Amino acid sequence: MFSLGDLYKEVIIDHTKAPRNFGKLEPCSHDAEGFNPLCGDQLHVYLQIDDNNIIEDVKFEGQGCSISTASASLMTQALKGKSVANFNTMFSAFHDMATADMDDKPDEDVLGKLAVLAGVKEFPSRIKCATLCWHTVKSAIEDAGQPAKTE
Amino acid sequence: MNIDNIRNDFPILHQEVFGHPLVYLDNAATTQKPQCVIDTIRQYYEKDNSNIHRGVHSLSERATKDYEAARETIRDFFNAKSSKEVIFTRGTTESINLVASSWGNANIGKDDEVLITHMEHHSNIVPWQMLCERTGAKLKIIPMNEAGELDLTAYAELLSERTKLVGIVHMSNALGTINPIADMIKQAHQVGAKVLIDGAQAAAHIATDIQALDIDFYATSAHKMYGPTGVGVLIAKEELLNAMPPYQGGGDMILIVTFDKTQYNELPHKFEAGTPNIAGVIGFGEALKYISNIGFSAIEKREKELLDYATKKAQSFEGLRQIGTAKDKACVLSFVLDGVHPHDLGTILDREGVAIRAGHHCAMPVMQFYKVPATARASFSIYNTEAEVDALFTALEKARDMFA
Ligand SMILES: Cc1ncc(COP(=O)(O)O)c(C=O)c1O
Repeated sequence: MFSLGDLYKEVIIDHTKAPRNFGKLEPCSHDAEGFNPLCGDQLHVYLQIDDNNIIEDVKFEGQGCSISTASASLMTQALKGKSVANFNTMFSAFHDMATADMDDKPDEDVLGKLAVLAGVKEFPSRIKCATLCWHTVKSAIEDAGQPAKTE
Repeated sequence: MNIDNIRNDFPILHQEVFGHPLVYLDNAATTQKPQCVIDTIRQYYEKDNSNIHRGVHSLSERATKDYEAARETIRDFFNAKSSKEVIFTRGTTESINLVASSWGNANIGKDDEVLITHMEHHSNIVPWQMLCERTGAKLKIIPMNEAGELDLTAYAELLSERTKLVGIVHMSNALGTINPIADMIKQAHQVGAKVLIDGAQAAAHIATDIQALDIDFYATSAHKMYGPTGVGVLIAKEELLNAMPPYQGGGDMILIVTFDKTQYNELPHKFEAGTPNIAGVIGFGEALKYISNIGFSAIEKREKELLDYATKKAQSFEGLRQIGTAKDKACVLSFVLDGVHPHDLGTILDREGVAIRAGHHCAMPVMQFYKVPATARASFSIYNTEAEVDALFTALEKARDMFA
């Protein structure tokens, strides 16, 4: 059985209390809002993507639980300097990790530090908290800022 | 009132969650069901199941008799004038939608106003918003203060001859506030407005006499009163129901159907199209008998005791801010804790066996008023104990330490 400590790892508590890349990015090339109607989490992500499809900078702001805040904070760190193609690979790997079977190992080659969030799969009602920021970036890039939902 | 005996009536309470005894404090979302309700539903499916109002065989006659007997139990429980005024629905939400559609479409025009309170559940906001969008009528809001009490001076000023309907939650599920509906109904009637009372949260905790209060429309759900989910009731004055067009068409709500014209059935059947939740209605009746056997004076006294105990603990808990501190309140302790998001509290407490609700409680305008995204809510019932309140606060300490 997973314990609470598998979800609330030290890294996650740390990012909850001191989220990285928190705030507005001005100017930015892409942005979108994400909303989790179940718990009221609200997120706004901002991206600066250059002509070569490289994510030069990314920031977020909003209100959310520990898992959604830490996930967004870790994501911004992971995405800086990556290409949009990289983002898509990471999006899939993250999504697989959060919804995988209990025994599946996360793809640490792709996910790196993001693998600390693997514990959410044991907490079904919290998976959407972890994936919200990823869906929000996806909609910022693909749907020209349509509000993201986790469904 | 013996709590141990009451707890023994509820089989679900006697289980462990993650190795801890279950502490069920999410009663405002739905209450647990006593054995007598479970047995009644089971007996119905084992012995009496058949369709009602249409068979001539014994099973159908038994099912019809039990279904209609439940209607009488419910009429009596709320002291409605006649069982013709008791319409079974899927629950509070459907009852309110029925009124907003059927009565609303026929009686609300573009210069009219619908007045609701700031602390309504979404089910008593959205149907009226939809009605106002259809008709051009205006939706107005009765404000509240920081304690979560309605501003009655503002209410008096908002009432006018344009007000056609006032919708009031009897007890707020997000704050616990019990609203002074008796006076508010009188004031509404003075300007000729009809009143809808959302009784979903109050009905299991305080006695409600529909005739004494002169309520025009009353909506509630069985599942918050120890009954099954998916069934509830609309109780409305007979003359209003008679004048209203049907809500849904179909079987049971008709007398004669030809392709030229249909003649509708009498009340209450006019508003009960299709095969209803027969087992649910019969279980609902049994649940109300269970409440009546305990009696509201005992229930109110015990639940107040428990809320007072929990409130004292909350007041001395560092970093805890109560949301909803009305003088007149019941059974709900809604709060936020510094440094720990309600959603995390919900998860952490669950691992200690403590079930609470975290979120907006289907009352987003209340969250907006207090400028919080969500609250944690512990809500109590007749079977909860002081020891369970202690378990709640022990688990809260654990959560606070985790994020310290
Ligand atoms: C005050 C209040 N009104 C209405 C409802 C809706 O009841 P139901 O979902 O049973 O239709 C609820 C249930 O959460 C409630 O607490």
